[in-house]
Amino acid sequence: MSKQVEDFDANLAGEEGKTEETKSSWFKRIKKGINTKTSEKKETPEGLWVKCPDCNYICTISELREHLFVCPKCAYHHRINSSEYFEVLFDNNEFIELFDNIRSKDFLDFTDLKPYKKRLEEIWSKTDLKDSMRVAEGKVNGQGLVIACMDFEFIGGSLGSVMGEKFSRAVDHCIAHGLPYMVISKSGGARMMESAFSLMQLAKTSGKLSQLSDAKLPYISLLTDPTFGGISASFGMLGDLNIAEPGALIGFAGPRVIKETIKRDLPEGFQRSEFLLDHGFLDFIVARKELKNKLATVLELFKN
Amino acid sequence: MPTNANRQFLDFEKPVKDLIDEIENARTRQEKTKIDMTDLISRLEQNILEKRKEITENLTSWQRVQLSRHPDRPYTLKYIDKMTSNFVELYGDRNVKDDKAMVGGFTSLDGETVMIIGQQKGINTKMRQLRNFGMANPEGYRKALRLMKLAEKFNKPVITLIDTPGAYPGLEAEERGQGEAIARNIYEMIRLKVPVICVIIGEGASGGALGIGVGDKVFMMENTWYTVISPESCSSILWRSWEKKEVAAEQLRLTADKMLGFGLIDGIIPEPVGGAHWDYDGSAQILKNYLIPVLKELKQMSAEQRTNTRIEKFGRMGFWEEE
Ligand SMILES: [Zn+2]
Repeated sequence: MSKQVEDFDANLAGEEGKTEETKSSWFKRIKKGINTKTSEKKETPEGLWVKCPDCNYICTISELREHLFVCPKCAYHHRINSSEYFEVLFDNNEFIELFDNIRSKDFLDFTDLKPYKKRLEEIWSKTDLKDSMRVAEGKVNGQGLVIACMDFEFIGGSLGSVMGEKFSRAVDHCIAHGLPYMVISKSGGARMMESAFSLMQLAKTSGKLSQLSDAKLPYISLLTDPTFGGISASFGMLGDLNIAEPGALIGFAGPRVIKETIKRDLPEGFQRSEFLLDHGFLDFIVARKELKNKLATVLELFKN
Repeated sequence: MPTNANRQFLDFEKPVKDLIDEIENARTRQEKTKIDMTDLISRLEQNILEKRKEITENLTSWQRVQLSRHPDRPYTLKYIDKMTSNFVELYGDRNVKDDKAMVGGFTSLDGETVMIIGQQKGINTKMRQLRNFGMANPEGYRKALRLMKLAEKFNKPVITLIDTPGAYPGLEAEERGQGEAIARNIYEMIRLKVPVICVIIGEGASGGALGIGVGDKVFMMENTWYTVISPESCSSILWRSWEKKEVAAEQLRLTADKMLGFGLIDGIIPEPVGGAHWDYDGSAQILKNYLIPVLKELKQMSAEQRTNTRIEKFGRMGFWEEE
């Protein structure tokens, strides 16, 4: 637990974590295989094999992919990115990506151990991602839906100005086309390198949700592992339906901070999806394999 | 307000402390020797004023953070007491309990009823515990929302006074949905039908501050800070060390002048020379004089105009590049 918690901060700082669960390096190798944007990278032998962080079951990436990145043995849900979620949810993996022309800017000239600008440039050169959220419109079992999905590998899926702006434009797009809206969260929280601007995204996105609500369009918030801080203190918890994948770590304060504050160990299962459901903060938990059909059912019930 | 003998001093306030000590010495000597020291004392008092001014003229961001946390600084209930009359404190979230870190109630400001809500820090060791150092639990945010809704029902403006090192990161806080409570407040505040004015009077830390911080107008007092994370936590996460809080404070651009420059707040409310802790009456008077015309101006707008303007205002915040 403690090691995983340390890494959680590392992700938010824009660094790679050290444990299986947080580093998702195997995943990056797959990405490079697909996109081959930055040169080379034939898949290394380790990259072909994945060990389940929960039950240690070892299988190939292609086997894991067939199971939607859910461990075939223990049903552990591996962390996946926007392209995998779009593939899981949109019919025939057909979708139109929206607002992908927006990207982050180092307006504050923020420098911690590395300048923010340099951090951004490094990620842009390593991946095809422009920022930590991608928005797409497509069909789910024939029904139109706009999905905004976070990418954890982009500075821990952190909430900054770009996510706030894409979120806002996605809501405008939903209102203009009468479409329901779904956000898939996977984030360590606010992007510290954007300081108060990142904080204000909580208010900005809430204002847009208020307009979506006035338009009587459904908003579904899917929380995945992990979802923390500014996300859970804003649109993450404001869904008409708040739903989650099994076993996802979800909370306001990170486990390390809580542990340091209360000076005792946290109970088993604390801040997991099942814990949130028991305390009344989720409408339901849904396994990735059932996600698409259940989502389609819900959308139909809202509509008819 | 503490007497000079009971004052506490930050390290950079030491020159003022020395002058105060000098005055005390002069008085003692006057007692003993019966030699008139009035001239010397009044000269020293003048020096104190100048020194207070001098000290706050060139503060680093971190020193500004320290001032916002000054142990003698006035808190929410002090401002309510000094600015308003007929304050009726209202307790509880009607659900779990009364959160002592969040206070509020109807009161009369310049002859008109307003709802004032704010975090409250304790004034001594015992009270600091009771007030949980101004760190509210979910029930605190839900109490605040209940009071805002009450104000909305009776068409009374809402004023929030923000002073928190953050929402409480506790086990029960998570069980009772700290994230949801703050999210709900932000969502409801942006569409609240009555005028809402928010003032950072001390520490404005992250979601814990924004949870009562969405308004038509948001102001910061001169010696306060407002951003997404405390400099200490930022240092520990981004610099992997607790030692970089000064640099973190600088990098976060968390002071009132920076925030105004970014367009993230609507104005800076001055404090008495040297900081609010030197003069409670003076601070409260300045704040009151500042609030009254703003309230008047906001009342002239329709509810719909206000909420739309609010949504648009926050909607403009952010920076990005478009290809
Ligand atoms: Zn497994």
